[in-house]
Parts: sequence; structure tokens; C-alpha cells
Amino acid sequence: MVKYSKTEFSVGLFMLLGIIAGVILALKVAGLTLSYDSGVYSVYGYFDNVGSLKVRAPVKIGGVVIGRVSAIYVDHEKLVPVVKMEIESQYSELSSESKASVLTAGLIGEQYIGITPGFYDEDMGSTYLKDGDRIMDTGSAIVLEELIGKFLYSVKGDGGSDSDTASSEK
Amino acid sequence: MINFISGIGRYGVRKINALGRATIMLFYSVVGKPQFDKNFPQLIQQLYVVGVQSISIIAISGLFIGMVLGLQGFNVLVRFMAEGALGQLVALSIIRELGPVVAALLFAGRAGSALTAEIGLKKATEQLTSMEMMAVDPLRRVIAPRFWAGVISLPILATIFTVVGIYGGKLVGVDWLGVDDGIFWSGMQSNVDFWDDLGMCFIKSVVFAVVVTWIALFNGYDLVPTSAGISKATTNTVVQSSLAVLGLDFILTALMF
Amino acid sequence: MTDLIEIKNVTFSYGARKIYDDVSLTVEKGKITAFLGPSGTGKTTMLRLIGGQLAPDEGQIFFDGINVHSLNRGDLYELRKRMSMLFQSGALFTDMNVFDNVAFPIREHSSLPPEIINAMVLMKLEAVGLRGARDLMPQELSGGMARRAALARAIALDPELIMYDEPFVGQDPITMDVLVRLIKKMNDTLGLTSVVVTHDVPEIMEIADYLYIFSGGKVIGSGTPFDLKRSSDPRIRQFINGEFDGPVPFNYPADTPYLEAL
Repeated sequence: MVKYSKTEFSVGLFMLLGIIAGVILALKVAGLTLSYDSGVYSVYGYFDNVGSLKVRAPVKIGGVVIGRVSAIYVDHEKLVPVVKMEIESQYSELSSESKASVLTAGLIGEQYIGITPGFYDEDMGSTYLKDGDRIMDTGSAIVLEELIGKFLYSVKGDGGSDSDTASSEK
Repeated sequence: MINFISGIGRYGVRKINALGRATIMLFYSVVGKPQFDKNFPQLIQQLYVVGVQSISIIAISGLFIGMVLGLQGFNVLVRFMAEGALGQLVALSIIRELGPVVAALLFAGRAGSALTAEIGLKKATEQLTSMEMMAVDPLRRVIAPRFWAGVISLPILATIFTVVGIYGGKLVGVDWLGVDDGIFWSGMQSNVDFWDDLGMCFIKSVVFAVVVTWIALFNGYDLVPTSAGISKATTNTVVQSSLAVLGLDFILTALMF
Repeated sequence: MTDLIEIKNVTFSYGARKIYDDVSLTVEKGKITAFLGPSGTGKTTMLRLIGGQLAPDEGQIFFDGINVHSLNRGDLYELRKRMSMLFQSGALFTDMNVFDNVAFPIREHSSLPPEIINAMVLMKLEAVGLRGARDLMPQELSGGMARRAALARAIALDPELIMYDEPFVGQDPITMDVLVRLIKKMNDTLGLTSVVVTHDVPEIMEIADYLYIFSGGKVIGSGTPFDLKRSSDPRIRQFINGEFDGPVPFNYPADTPYLEAL
């Protein structure tokens, strides 16, 4: 039907425009990378306090994102917060001695999980983290009120600089 | 007093009746064996009328809304030395709210009212009745292609609106006010989630598309076939669909976030 | 002689207003039958009842022996392919040109190749003298042309029955004459059965084979034009001769007499 050709063409163009806009949104705006689903593995960390950490917060090593927080819940037996992290499969050589801490980006920024890679020594019994493993060494979030409380206490008691113990270790 | 209460009751019964008729109309137009060879050219024609002809208003509004957001956002953020967050501010507000909502409102004004008037005119001039007497179901032949065209068009228009809006924000923020290009985009990318945010945008615009098109078509199909009836129905379309969009937006947002 | 339409004891009312009260009549195959009556007596309603768009409160309507209102939706649509209706306004589709309007029912109900549709449409347009107007849009046509185009569309599928709803209203004398001749010509050459609803008495008397006169929801008289002209019934005489007031009341029925209402 020659009669509809102009209409058909513009409708085709309209559809194409919609698809292009969708692709721009996905790639440029949402930063969706096509290799995203190359596989992830989950590890767990038990924290004393996760502060205001949110699901989907990044997991970073030295500022580079290697995964995302996929769930935050409370362990029913121990009654401590558990953070489930999904680490991209390409970062599979993380030692079980690594340390995971809840850190804050900037003074008022979002909280994220920072991983400090531990050494790897088979003689010491350390292994690479696998799916379902637990990171033993964790650092909790700094809670501003606790920090201030400790600071006041140390000033009053004229004690040493203990502020680095604010993030209590398990 | 009794008159007042019975008045409310009558009003309620009338509204419920109308809702029933609207549902029956939608059911008969959408459910059934589609005849692709005959309906497809219709759909194309309606996509042209409903979708293509709405592009310019959608794109221009998107551009201006993005630019205003860029300007306002910059003025606020710069006080906190946080103009790097402009990208995510513009992107998130357009993707989550302004894109689907404003596109739906513009769509209701541009395409919805035109649909009501067109169907109403067809009804007033007995075109729908005569089609029925020709053994052609006007619900399938007239209402259905317009409904699908609306449902397909609005999500596409909302997507176009969103992209144009974000580039409008970028135009003001980056090219004019000097926010760093890299920070603008990367801040956006690290804060916009594909499923949570863009998926939300898409779901919202599909829901709005169904509601706005349905309201527009029903108002046309059910109107009193006089010129006063047509003008009243056209106004009703814009008012009802705007309210429905804003109300549903709140409900959807509350449900999904 | 067979009857195409048989209406048996039909009663129909809009809300509280009774339009038809126990009406029975028949329409003979191949003839032009006219329904006459003052405006507002619901003559158009009868056409809608026959077409199955409205259902009677009581009574039955048979089309070629089929009870129209006992059919389900699909069968009713099948039956409607055998009848067609010419609306008062013409009801041409405003978003298509004349050619596509006439082609519409053919395209909807058949999958004929474009060349055959083209030939069929041009034939129908030629029959109403509008072949040259094929590319015009409905709003470019005069009232009479629009009605002729609508007539071409109505005969597009070669129906058995064609119903005319007030075909002469608002037309100048020349157009009226053209339409009268056209209705007669269509009926005779295509072997149609025609039902014409009108109140233009002299025009329809020229061509109708049989007439029914409605008043107050009842048939008050029927017969050939010859019979009716010689009728002694004052109500029929009033209508045929176009007198202002008489047995058929000029006033819409009121609950109370005029003087009492004051």
C-alpha cells in the first residue's frame, strides 16, 4: 500500500527513536554494562553494626567496585547483622583472611563495604573465598554518637588516643 | 437531608455503572481473536496519530524541564559544593517521577482529548452505529487499534522525554554552568539502577498509558452525542486522566520504593 | 409472495415512553415498503429493532424466517451482512475518502484482491453517479452527494434489504427527485427489498409499493398508495393531505388538560 508509506515510515522512525532512547537510558544513564551477568558469588559478613548501609551499596577494594551488597538481615541465633555481598566472579582470588569494613564515602556520603585483601598462605590454612563463605574479619560502621561519646570520655579521663578502637573488632 | 443522601447514592450508582460500562467496553475491544492482516494497518495509522504527532510537544517539554532542573539543581547544590551530584539529581528526578508523569499529562492533553473528540464525533454522526449495521464491531475496529496505539506510544514517549530531559540537564549543567562532564555522567551511572529506576519508569508509563487511553476512549464512546456533550467529554478526559495519573503515581511509588 | 420481514406484536418503550404498542406488520420481498408517520413517533427505532441494535420489550421480529433477537452476537453480525441501512446523515466515515468509504464493507468482509475491490467500488459509485468524486473527502460533498455516496456504500455488499432512514430530509427538490429515482432504480435493478422511513408523503407515494402509517405507537393505516389516497379514515386523510391538526394530535400528550395546568 503506497498510500500509507509516509505514515509507515514515520511510525517506524518513532519506534526506532524509542528503542534508541531506551538503549541510551540503559547504557549511558544507568551505566548498564553488557558483561554484567558474567557471574557473581556470595560471601557473608557478620558485623556488630552496619550503620546506614543499604542494599545495593557497592563493595570496593581500594575504591574499585568489585560487587554489591545484596541483602542485609539479622542472624536469628546470634542476633547480629549479617551482610550478604555479591562479588563478581573475576575477583575470585580473595583470601579468607581479608577484612570487610563498613566505610563512609566522605563526611556525609553513602556507606559502602571496603575490603582490605588479606595475605594468602596455604601453610596457615588460608583459602580463597568461595560462594557461601563467611568473611571472619569485619569492621563495623562508625556511629557518630559513639565516637563523640568515646572522645568525651577520653578527654575527661585524660586517656590516650583510643579513638581507633571505635570500630570494634569481632 | 434524605434527598442529599439519596443524591450521593444515585451519584455513586451512576459512577459504578459507568465503570462497569467502561470495563465491558475495554473487554470487548481487547479480548478476542485478533485479525492481524486487517488490524495492523489500523494500528500503524493510529500510532502515527497518537504517537508520532505527540513527539514534538513531548521532546520540547522534556528539554525545558531538564534544563530547568539543571539550573535549579545547580543553584542549590553549588551551595554545598556538591554540584557533582547534579547528574544523579537530574537523572533520578526525571526517571523516577517527571518522565512518566509529565509525559502522561501531556499525552492526556494532546492525544487523549483528541481521541475523545474523534470518537465522540464518530458517535454523534452515527458513524459507529452505521459500522455496527455493516456487521463491523466498532469496538474492535475503532476502539481497539486506538487503545493499543496509546498503550504502545506513551512508554516510548516517556522514554524519549526522559532522554531529552537528561540531555537538557546536561546542556545547562555541563555545557553552560561548567560541571565536569565525567562527574556528571558517572555520578548518574553509579546512582541510577537499571531495574529499580528504569524499570520503575517503564512500569509507571505503561500503567499511565493504559489508564489515560482507556479514560479517553471511554469518554468518547459513552458521551451524549451533541456538540455540548463532546466538549464536556473532552474536558472530562483531561481532568480525569490527570487526576488518575497523579493519584496512581503516588500509589505506584509507595508500592515500589 | 413471500415476506422478508415479519414483525409480530412488538412493544417497545424508552423509559416510561411507549414507542410501539403491540405492532404487527410485514415487509414483502422485492418491494418498496414505506413507514410513514409524524416526526418523533420512533420510526427510526423500528429500523434499529429490525437491525438488532435494539431489542423489543415484547414480541418478535423475523428476518427471512430468523428471529433477529434470538441470535447471539456472532450470528447477529452474520445476519447484518444481509441487510444495510442508510442513515439520515449519511454517516460516511470522515477519515476516509469516498472510494475507501465504499470499499470499507467489502474490505472488512472479504479478502478480495485490490483490483476486484477497485472494480466493485467503481461499479457502485457509477450506479449512484459519483464515480468522478471517488477521491473527495466526505466533508467536501454536498448533502445530496453524501447521501448518494452512503447509498453506494450501503449496496456495496449486495444486501437483500436496505433500510432508508429519512432519506429526503433537508434536501432541495432536485436532489430529492434524484434520490427518489435512485431508490426506485436500486430496488428494481438490484432486486432489493427496501424499507423507507419518511414523512415526505408526496415523494414516497410515487415509488412505494406498500405503506404503513404510524401514530401513537400503533399502525393506524396501511395499503398501497392507491388505497390510501381513497381512504375515508380521517387520520389517514390528515396525514396524506398534510393537515395541521386533526385526529393525529398536534400536541405532545400532557398529563393534565391545558386549562387545568394553568
